[in-house]
Amino acid sequence: MLAFLARRVLVLLATLVAASLAIFLVLEVLPGDPALLILGLEAQDDTLAALRGQMGLDRPAPERYLAWIGGLLSGTSGISHTYSVPVFELIGERLAVTVPLAAIALMLSTVLAVPLGMLAATRRGRAGDYGVMGFSQIGMAIPNFWFAILSILLFAVTLGWFPASGFPGWQAGAGAALWALVLPAFSLALPEAAILARVTRAAVLETLGADYVRTARAKGVGERRILWAHVLRNALIPMTTILGLQFAFLLAGSIVVEAVFALPGLGRLIFQAVTQRDLVVVRDVVLLLVAVVVVVNFAVDVAYAAIDPRARPAA
Amino acid sequence: MNRFLHAITVSVAIGFTSIGSAQAKDSLTIGFTLEPPHLDPTAGAAAAIDEIVYANVFEGLTRIDQNGVVQPQLASRWDVSGDGLTYTFHLKDGITFHDGTAFDASDVVFSLDRARAEDSVNAQKPLFAAIDTVKAVDPKTVRITLSRPEGALLFNLGWGDAVIVAPESAATNKTDPVGTGPFKFVRWTKGDRVELEAVSQGQPIRKAVFRFIPDPSAQVAALKAGDIDAVANLNAPEAVLAFQADTNFEVAIGSTEGETILAMNNARTPLNDIRVRRAISHAIDRQAIIDGAMFGFGTPIGTHFAPHNPAYVDLTATYPHDPAKARALLKEAGAENLKLTLKLPPPAYARRGGEIVAAQLKEAGIEVEIIPVEWAQWLEQVFRGTDYDLTIVSHTEPMDIGIYARDKYYFNYDSPELKAVIEKLNNTSNPDARTKLLGEAQEIVTRDAVAVYMFQLARLGVWRKGLEGMWRNAPVQATDITGVRWK
Repeated sequence: MLAFLARRVLVLLATLVAASLAIFLVLEVLPGDPALLILGLEAQDDTLAALRGQMGLDRPAPERYLAWIGGLLSGTSGISHTYSVPVFELIGERLAVTVPLAAIALMLSTVLAVPLGMLAATRRGRAGDYGVMGFSQIGMAIPNFWFAILSILLFAVTLGWFPASGFPGWQAGAGAALWALVLPAFSLALPEAAILARVTRAAVLETLGADYVRTARAKGVGERRILWAHVLRNALIPMTTILGLQFAFLLAGSIVVEAVFALPGLGRLIFQAVTQRDLVVVRDVVLLLVAVVVVVNFAVDVAYAAIDPRARPAA
Repeated sequence: MNRFLHAITVSVAIGFTSIGSAQAKDSLTIGFTLEPPHLDPTAGAAAAIDEIVYANVFEGLTRIDQNGVVQPQLASRWDVSGDGLTYTFHLKDGITFHDGTAFDASDVVFSLDRARAEDSVNAQKPLFAAIDTVKAVDPKTVRITLSRPEGALLFNLGWGDAVIVAPESAATNKTDPVGTGPFKFVRWTKGDRVELEAVSQGQPIRKAVFRFIPDPSAQVAALKAGDIDAVANLNAPEAVLAFQADTNFEVAIGSTEGETILAMNNARTPLNDIRVRRAISHAIDRQAIIDGAMFGFGTPIGTHFAPHNPAYVDLTATYPHDPAKARALLKEAGAENLKLTLKLPPPAYARRGGEIVAAQLKEAGIEVEIIPVEWAQWLEQVFRGTDYDLTIVSHTEPMDIGIYARDKYYFNYDSPELKAVIEKLNNTSNPDARTKLLGEAQEIVTRDAVAVYMFQLARLGVWRKGLEGMWRNAPVQATDITGVRWK
C-alpha cells in the first residue's frame, strides 16, 4: 500500500513541475506589455522602462522561472502588478469566497442529483425515468449564466428574497454572507446536478443488474437495503470521479457566475489578471488550480482504494 | 426545536435587512463596472481610480466642475503675471488632511515636485512639463514659475493626476488614500466595494459605497432590486429605455469627453492619399451608427472635439453621407476594389459600430475584414506598432486635440501647420484667443480627414428618484458626489 501511495505522490509532483513549465512558457508567448497597460496611452518611454525594471520584466526567462519556483517553495509569493499586494494574500481573500461557493454548489448538486438518479434507475422505462432524464437534458443545455440572470430577476428583483449581486464579506456575519451565496451556488449546481443525475442513474443501473444483487434478492434482503447498502456503494466509484472533477471545475469555472453576481472570487481574479496581463497573478492561480485538480485526482485514487477492495494493490 | 427555529428566523431576518440598507436617506450606493487597481490618482492612468476619489477624497488647487469650467478648490484665488509665466495661488485656510495633518503650501510644493520628478510614475507627466519651479512663498501662498506660457495650466491643475497629497501619507495612498476632500476613506473590500464616510456633519450624504458590478445586466438587476441607488454611466443602453418608463427612476442623458472615431493609418497606402480618406468620410452615415450601435444615444461630431464645449465648431457638414461621391473619389484616386482590415477593441461602440461601418464601406466599394482584438493586443498592434488600416476607438481624455501634433502617434499624421497652431495654443492664456486657435485646429484636422469623426459617447446616468446633484455630463473622469443629496 505504501509503495502504491509513494508512486502516486511522485506522479503528482512530476505533473506539477511539468505544469509549471507549461504555464511559464505559454505566458512568455502571450502578447501585451503589462507596464503599458498599467500606465496607459500617455506614458513616456522612460517611465515604462522604469516600471518594467521594478516588475523584474527585464531579466532573462530562465532566471525568472527559477525565481518564481524558488519563491513558491520558500513560501514567498510575487507582488501583483495591478494590486501591489502579495499574490498569496489576494488568492487567500478570493478563496474565502470561491471555496464556500464551490462547496455549497457541490452539496446542492449531490443532494439533488443522487436521489433523482437513483429514482430514475429504479423506475427505468417509466414516467419517473423520463422525467428525470428530461430535467437532466434541460439542465445540461441551459447556460449557467443565463439561469443565473433569470434567478436574479425572479428571486432578487421580483420577490426580493436575496441580494441581486455582491458579497458583503464574512465580517458582515456568516448569515448574510451565506445568504449572498445561495443564488450563485444554485446557478452553479443545476447543470452539475443534471450531469451527476445521469452518471448516478447509469452507475446504479449497471450495479442493479449485477449477480450479487440477484443473490441478495434471492436471500430475501429488502429492496431498500439492497439499494442503499449494496448498490450505492458500488455506484459510488464512477460518481466519485465525477464529483472530483466537478469540484475542480467549480473552483475555476465559476468565472461567469462570479461575474454575473459580482462575487470577489478566484474566477473573477484570474479573468481580471489575464485582461490586465498581471502575469504574476495568472501563473500562481493557474498553478494552484492545476495543483487542486492533481491533488483531487490523487484523493479520488486513494478513495477508490478505500471504497473498493478490488482497487487496492495486491497485499 | 424552538432554538433551531429561532436561529433560522434570525438568519433570515439578517438576510432581509441587508437588502434594504440602500434606502437610508443619508447613504448612497453607486454601481461601477470597473474596479480600480489602487486608489492613488497620481500613480496610474486607470479612469476607475479618479471615478472614486476625484473631488471626493482628493482635491487639487483647482477643480473642473460639471460644465468643464475651472473652479477654485484648495486655492481660493490666483494672480497671473502679465507675461503668463508666473502664477501666484492663495490657498484656503483651516484645511486638514484626513489623518489630521494640516494643509499648507509645503504640501503643494511636495505634490507638484513629486509629480514632475525624473522617476515619477505619474501617468500624465506632460501636464506639468511647462512648470519650472514651485515655491512656497509663505504657508498660504504658492508661486509657480513656468518655462513657457501654458494656457491650460489652470485646467491641468484640476486633473486627478494633479491632486494635492501629504508627504506623511503619500507612500500608502494606493491602499489607504489620505486627502483633503469632504469624504474620507474607510475600507476597500477588494473585488466588491470601496466605502467612504463624510468628514463634516453638514454633508448631506454621510456614507458612500462604490460597488463593483462588472456585468451590465447585473447592474440593471441591482438597481431594480434596490441594492444600489445609482449608476453614473450605465453600459446597457437597451435597459435605459425601460428605466425611462419607470417612475421610480430618473434617467439623465449627458455627454462625455469621448470622441469616437474611425481612425485611419495615414502612413499606409492607399490611406495616405487624402482623396481615399475623404471618400471613407463620405461613406459613413453617423446617425445610422448611433441608432444601430448605441440605441440612439450619442451626438454626431465633425471633428475631434466635444460638442458640449463652447469652443466646438460644427463641421458635420464637411463630409455628408454620400456613397456615390465616395465611389467617385476612390475612382479618381485609382483606389477601386480596396480591401482593408478593421481592428476592433472590446467595447460595444467598436464591435457593434464596426459591423455597421463595414456595411457602409461596402456600399462605397471597399471590402472590409473585421478583426476583433482585446485591449492588450490593440495597444500593442495598433497603438504601439501602428500595424493597422482602420480601427474604431473612443478618446476619452478631455481637451486632447493636441494629440494630432505628436510625432509617432498612431495616426501617423504629420502636419507642420497643425503643429504650429498647437504650439501657439500652448503659449496662449487669453480665453478668447484660445477659443479661436482651438477652432483653427479643429478645421485643420477635419480638412485633412485624419480620421472619420463619428460621434461623442453619451453618458447614461440612472438613479433612484429623489437623488439630486449627480453629474449629467462628464467633462473629467470623475463621480463627484460632493454636491449630492436625497430630496
